[in-house]
Amino acid sequence: MIELNQFLILSALLFAIGVIGIFLNRKNVIIILMSIEIILLSVNLNLIAFSYFLNDLTGQIFSLFVLTVAAAEAAIGLAILVIYNRNAGSIEIEKINALKG
Amino acid sequence: MTAQLLTFYLFSGVILISSLMVISTKNPVHSVLFLILSFLNAAGLFVILHAEFLAMILIIVYVGAVAVLFLFVVMMLDFKTSINKDNILQYIPIGILIGVVFIAELIIVLINTKFDLSNIQVLPNPLSDFTGKSNTEAIGSVLYTDYILYFQLSGVILLVAMIGSIVLTLREREGVKRQVVSEQLQRQGKINLVDVKSGKGVDI
Repeated sequence: MIELNQFLILSALLFAIGVIGIFLNRKNVIIILMSIEIILLSVNLNLIAFSYFLNDLTGQIFSLFVLTVAAAEAAIGLAILVIYNRNAGSIEIEKINALKG
Repeated sequence: MTAQLLTFYLFSGVILISSLMVISTKNPVHSVLFLILSFLNAAGLFVILHAEFLAMILIIVYVGAVAVLFLFVVMMLDFKTSINKDNILQYIPIGILIGVVFIAELIIVLINTKFDLSNIQVLPNPLSDFTGKSNTEAIGSVLYTDYILYFQLSGVILLVAMIGSIVLTLREREGVKRQVVSEQLQRQGKINLVDVKSGKGVDI
């Protein structure tokens, strides 16, 4: 029988992988966007696991809203990425330092 | 080991390995494909958790829309030219350190905690009213009644995202001729109709 803790450990590992991905990838902004998607996936997994084990539908509803916001965020992030690549010619993170001050 | 547990370990193993591949491959196209694999297996986990509607939504929205959007962007913009693998090793220690701290904290908490879900006070349980109904029906009957405001707000968020990304990526190019209907309709004073005799023609 699957317990709640197994799902929570899995989603903790997924969250950590996403965070490591943000820190590790200094070249490509799009990998960072994918890491954010992985983090949101782990959050969804957490919500749905609690929804199942508490026998409560609220977690699934909230997960649906998280999916909505994640889709909107991906669309706007990729649009910003496209116009940045058009204007600056590159999306390497180390070269994105116009706001360094 | 029951079949349920075996399925759980299969799905979660594939999720973890493919997420690791997402953040570690050099080619962004491979990253997107591993992301799709990870989403598909997460949908399998959702089915195990009896959230069938969200599993299908995950496949349709994430794999069908978001991942394809990523794939479009990766393939349209040539990112591989901008990637040279020099000092990637420089950031591995801080990344691994923060990741290990995260994993250690969360797993220590989770192993030492045994959730006793029986005496957790939840909201008035909506699921108990839907014993004979499917997951989709239950979600629909809650989403469109109790959560209607949040549902419409998420619609507004999607609309704002759509308009925002269109406005961001739209650009006016120089030298492109296009039809302007209002100018065409305002030309009435400059146009005169000429009755052309057949066989003679007319001077313009």
